Amino acid sequence: MAFITDHILTWVAFAPALGAVLVLAAGRTPGTARRLALGAALVDFVLSLHLLRYFETGNGADQFVEHAPWLAGGKIAYSLGLDGVSLWLVLLTTFLGPLVILSAWRAIAERVREAMAFLLLLQTAMIGTFLARDMLLFYVFWEAMLIPMYFLIGIWGGERRVYAAVKFFLFTMVGSVFMLVAILWCYQQAGSMALADFLQLELSRGQQSWLFAAFALAFAIKVPLFPFHTWLPDAHVEAPTAGSVILAGILLKMGTYGLLRFAIPLFPEAALALGPWLAWLAVIGIVYGALVAMVQQDVKKLVAYSSVSHLGFVVLGLFSLTTTGAAGGVVQMLAHGLSTGALFLLVGIIYERRHTRMIAEFGGLAHAMPRFAAVFLFVTLASIGLPGLCGFTGEFLILFGTFGSGLLPHARLLTALAATGVVLGAIYMLWMYQRVFLGKLGERNRGLPDLSPREWAVLLPILVMIVALGVHPAPLLERLEPSLERILAPVAALRQTESTYGLAAGMPADRPAAAVAALKGDR
Amino acid sequence: MSVDMLQIPDWSDLGGFLPETVMFGAFLLALLGDLVVRRRPVVPFAVVMAGALTALALSFAGLDAPERTILGGLVVVDGMAAFFRILFSLIAVATLLVSWASEEIMGRSRENKGEYYALIALMTGGMMVMAEARDLLMLYLSLELVSLSSYVMAGYMRNSLRATEASLKYVIFGAVSSGVMLYGLSLLYGLTGSLTYAGVRDALAAGAGDPLSLLTVCVLLLAGLGYKIAMVPFHFWAPDVYEGAPTPVSAFFSVGPKAAGFALMIRFFYTTMQPAVDRVDWRLLIAVLSVATMTFGNLVAVRQVNVKRLLAYSSIAHAGYLLMGFLMLTAEGLQAILFYLLVYALMNLGAFLFVVALNNSLKSEHLDDYAGLGFRSPWAAAMMIVFLFSLTGLPPTAGFIGKFYLFAAVMHEGWYWLAIVGVLNSVVSLFYYMKIARTMYFTKAPADAPAVPIAPLHYVTLVLLAAPTLFLGLYWGGFKDLADRAVQHFTAL
Repeated sequence: MAFITDHILTWVAFAPALGAVLVLAAGRTPGTARRLALGAALVDFVLSLHLLRYFETGNGADQFVEHAPWLAGGKIAYSLGLDGVSLWLVLLTTFLGPLVILSAWRAIAERVREAMAFLLLLQTAMIGTFLARDMLLFYVFWEAMLIPMYFLIGIWGGERRVYAAVKFFLFTMVGSVFMLVAILWCYQQAGSMALADFLQLELSRGQQSWLFAAFALAFAIKVPLFPFHTWLPDAHVEAPTAGSVILAGILLKMGTYGLLRFAIPLFPEAALALGPWLAWLAVIGIVYGALVAMVQQDVKKLVAYSSVSHLGFVVLGLFSLTTTGAAGGVVQMLAHGLSTGALFLLVGIIYERRHTRMIAEFGGLAHAMPRFAAVFLFVTLASIGLPGLCGFTGEFLILFGTFGSGLLPHARLLTALAATGVVLGAIYMLWMYQRVFLGKLGERNRGLPDLSPREWAVLLPILVMIVALGVHPAPLLERLEPSLERILAPVAALRQTESTYGLAAGMPADRPAAAVAALKGDR
Repeated sequence: MSVDMLQIPDWSDLGGFLPETVMFGAFLLALLGDLVVRRRPVVPFAVVMAGALTALALSFAGLDAPERTILGGLVVVDGMAAFFRILFSLIAVATLLVSWASEEIMGRSRENKGEYYALIALMTGGMMVMAEARDLLMLYLSLELVSLSSYVMAGYMRNSLRATEASLKYVIFGAVSSGVMLYGLSLLYGLTGSLTYAGVRDALAAGAGDPLSLLTVCVLLLAGLGYKIAMVPFHFWAPDVYEGAPTPVSAFFSVGPKAAGFALMIRFFYTTMQPAVDRVDWRLLIAVLSVATMTFGNLVAVRQVNVKRLLAYSSIAHAGYLLMGFLMLTAEGLQAILFYLLVYALMNLGAFLFVVALNNSLKSEHLDDYAGLGFRSPWAAAMMIVFLFSLTGLPPTAGFIGKFYLFAAVMHEGWYWLAIVGVLNSVVSLFYYMKIARTMYFTKAPADAPAVPIAPLHYVTLVLLAAPTLFLGLYWGGFKDLADRAVQHFTAL
C-alpha cells in the first residue's frame, strides 16, 4: 500500500489512463468495455478519497507533493502538489467520472471501447492539470485535454459535430499558444519551469500586463468569458451527454482554476490593474448569458448559455481579489459542476426517450414522468441558487466578497448588476421548467418511462452532494481558506489602503467560513 | 585562388570520410549488382541498406570530435557533420523500408528498381557532403549532386504523366535557381577573392564588399538554397513535385534534401556571412522570408484536398519554422534546429508513410477516400494521428518539444514578434492537420469502401516512427543531448 500512498497523486492522476489502456486491450465487447471503464473510474474515486481523508486542514501549502527531475537537469520537473483548491476540483472530477460513464451506458452504443478510453484519458488530463506544479507539465496536461474532447465531440456528437469539434479545438488552441509564449518568457527569466520559481519572479508592471494578458486570454477562452464564449453553445449542444457533462462539470473550471492559480498570483499588479476589466466582462457575461438563455428553444442550449452566466459569477468572485470572493468562486465552480452536470444528464435522459430537446415539443411531462420532474425541479432550484442548495453558497459568497472588495472599483455597482443575473436565472430556468413539465401532456409524450434504476444511480449521488454543499459547506471552506489566502498573498501584499470601501466591522470580507456562519446566525 | 586550396589530399583523410565513402561505395555496388543479377531488386536493396546501417554506426563516433578539415580543405568534419550523417542514414533506412513495400516503386510494371535504390545511396552520400562543405566549389558540387539525383528519382515512374511532368518542372526550376546561385557565388568570389569559407569570412571581416553587392549576393544565394529547402518564394516546384513523384520519393524529398539544405545554409551563413551582418541585415531578410514561408505554406495547405499536396505545403511551412531558429545565430537556436530536424524527419516520414501504405490498396491520395479510416484501419490511423498532432506541435508528442525549443531560442534573442507569428501559424496548421483526422474519424466510410490491408513491413516502419514520436514528447533528453553535443565544437558561433 505504501507504494500507492507514497505516490498517491500520480496514482489518482494516472489510474484512469491505465484504465483506458485496459479498456482498449481487453474491452472486446461493449459490455466489458463499459464495466472496465466504470471500474477504473470507481477505483480512481476511491483513491481520491484517500486525499480527502489525509488532507491536513488548516495547511494552505501543497500537500502529498511529488517531485522528480524530468529534463534539462531538473529545470523541468515532474512536479505534482495538492492544496485546498486542487483538492476539491480533483474530487469533483473523480466524483463525476463514474457518473459520466454510467450516463453513457446506453447513450453511446457505437464504438464503445474507444469512447470509454477517451473519457478515461480525458480524466487523467484534467486531474493532471489540477495537480501540476511545473509549468511545462501543466501545459502538457492542459493541451492533452483537447485531444480526447475533440474526438468525443467529433465522433459521438450530434449533427453539426464536426463544426463544433473544430471550433472548440481552434478556439482553445489560439488562447493556449499565447500562454505558451508567456510561459517560455517566464522560463527564461526564472531559469526553471517550477511554479514556485515563477512566483519568485520580480517583474515590472508592463511585463506583468503582457504576461497576464496572455495567460488570461487562454483562460478566458476556456471559461468562457464573454465575448470568447461562442464556441461553448456549439460544443455543448453537439457533444454527447457524457461530453457535455464533462465540459460543463470540469473542463470549464480549467479556465477559472487557471486564473486563480496562475494569472492572479503570478502577476498580482496586473491582476489588480486589469482585473476590473475582466470583472466587467464577467458581469456582462452574467447578464448576457442569462438573457440569451431566456430565448432559447432548445433545452440543452439554454443550459449551455446558463453556464456562461454562472461562470461569469465565478470570474467576478475571483477578481474581487478577496478570500471570500475567491472562495465563493471555487464553491460556485463545484456547485456549477454538480448542478449543470446534473442538468445535462437530465436533458440527456429526456433526449434518449424523445430524440428531441425542443421546449415546444414538451409540456406536462410531470404527469408522465413525475419522479423525473421532481428531480429536475430540484436541480433547477439548485442551479438558480435556492438557499440550502449548493448554488446559493457560491453566489452568496461571491456577491458578499465582491461587495466588500476594496480592490475592485465600482464593486457595489458590479455586485448589483450581477445580482440581477440571479433574478434572470430564476426567470429563465423556471419558465423553461414550466413549459416543459407543467400544463397539458401532449400525445407524443404519453407513456414515457420514468427514471430507471441506472439513471437513479447516476443522479442520486449528485443530489446528495447538492444538498450537502448547500447545508454544510464548512468542511469545504475550512480546507479551502488557508490555500486561498496563500494564493492571494501576492495581491494582499500589494494592498495599500485597507479596504477603501470597507465593510462594517464584524462582517469579515476575508473569512468566508465566518461569513457563512454569520449569515446563519451561528455567532 | 587561395593557398589552402592547394593542399595535397592525403589518403588518411579518407578515415574521416568513411560514412560518405560507404554510401558512394554502396551506390556503385548496387548499380553493379543490379547489372549482374537482373530482376532481383533485393540485391541493391540489401546493399544500400547495409551501407546506410554501416554509415549510421560509423557516424556516432564523430559527435564529440573537434573540427577537422580534410580532402584538401574541401570538406570539414565536426560534431555537426556527424549529426547530419546520423540523420541522413536514418532517413535513408526509413526511405528504404517505405519503398520496399510500396506498390508505386515495386509494382510489377516498374523497371529499374535496382537503380532506384542505388540513387538513394547516391543522394544520401551527397547530402552528407552538403553538410560538410566548407568551400564554395564543394557547396555547389554537392548541391548539384543531390539535385541531379532528385530529378531522376522524381521521374522514376516513367509511364506516369504526372511524374514526368513533376520531374520536368523540377529540372527547370532546379536549373534556374542553381544558375542564379552560381552567379551569386561568383560575385562572392569576386568580392572576396577566396573560395574557402574561411577565406571568404576573413575577407568580409576585413571589410570587403559594399552593402549593396553583399545584399545581392545574399539574395542570389538564397534563391539556390531556398529552392532546396522549399522556402517562399522559391517553393513553387515543391507541391507539384511532391504530388507527382512516387510517394516514397516525396517522403524522402520532404525531409532529406530539406535537412541537407539547412545543414549547408547553417555552415555557409554562420561561417562566412556572420561578419557581414552589420553591413547587410540578412537576418531580417530571412526573418521576413521565414514569416512568408510558414504563413504561405499553412494558408495554402488549408485548402488542399490531396493529402500528398497538403503535406507538401505543410513541409513548406515547417521550413519557415526552422528558418526562425536559423537566424538566431546562437548555439541555442542551432541546437533547436538540429533537434527539430530530427523530430521533423520522424513525423513527416511517418505521415508520408501512411499515405504510401494506403496508396497500395486505395490507389488514391484524395482526402475523401480517407473517410472512416479511423475504424477501417484503426492502428495505422491512430499512428497517423500521432504524426499529425506532432506536426501541429501538440503535447505530448515530439513535435511539441521541437517547437518548444525553437520558440524558446527565438524568444531568448528577443524576437518576440517572430515567436508570436510562429505560434499563430501553429494554430492555422492545426486546422488542416485536423482536416485529415476529421475525415478519418468523423466521416463515415461509404458502404462500398474497399478494405485497406497494410503491408506488414509498413506496419513495422510505422511503429518504428510513431514510437519515438510519442516517446520524444515525454522524454527527449537523450536526443536533445545529441543535438547539443553536435554543436559544442561548432566554431562558427
